[in-house]
Amino acid sequence: MRVYEILFIVAPNVEEGDIETLITQLSDVLKNQGAQVARVDRMGRRRLAYPIQKFNEGHYVVFTVEGTGSEIAEVERRMRVADPIIRYLTVRIDEDLKRAEKFRARRAAHGAPSSGGSARAGRAGEAAEADEEELEEEEE
Amino acid sequence: MSSDSRNESRRDDRGGRQGGGQGRRFVRARKSCKFCADKTDYIDYKDSRLLSGYIPERGKILPRRISGTCAPHQRMLATAIKRARNAALLPFATD
Repeated sequence: MRVYEILFIVAPNVEEGDIETLITQLSDVLKNQGAQVARVDRMGRRRLAYPIQKFNEGHYVVFTVEGTGSEIAEVERRMRVADPIIRYLTVRIDEDLKRAEKFRARRAAHGAPSSGGSARAGRAGEAAEADEEELEEEEE
Repeated sequence: MSSDSRNESRRDDRGGRQGGGQGRRFVRARKSCKFCADKTDYIDYKDSRLLSGYIPERGKILPRRISGTCAPHQRMLATAIKRARNAALLPFATD
């Protein structure tokens, strides 16, 4: 499963209710294609850093989507055609999240050098892999 | 592994730029990576407030020789800034 973040900017002259229907429409498209919309985040009306289609402001909406990747093509096609959407950006984030998770786990495993005692105790139950990594570091 | 260079203990090893024999050389304290200090694992492109700190008035990406950001974090930062530009959260250029 891949995780994507779909950000799109709705033109500032669109009514609040129309934005809501647009959001439900797009998430329905995603669901019909077999993806799960994990989160809909409305960042609200913001100033654009540069004008897009002569607009200086826009409503930012962010979807967090779990899917296989084929749904993205369909939503992007819809967004390209939709008039109120002035910009969209899809980013695959699962790999970045996984990497961030790895760093976090690593930090938890190694712990702070000063509190070595407690970190050691906490690590006891963890996989042998973590211990191997620690060994490597000590050799160096 | 890329994560090794993020390791703080190793960062300390290569800290300081004193090296060299000439004592007259001006030594400036090593700038440290802010993201390492904050233990940042992922730099979100939507966090325009954070990113704008790495955009001088011209709109370019601040080089890490100025900011002191470590290489892995500078890479993350650069991608985040480029994404933010496409999302009109940051400018491509300002004058």
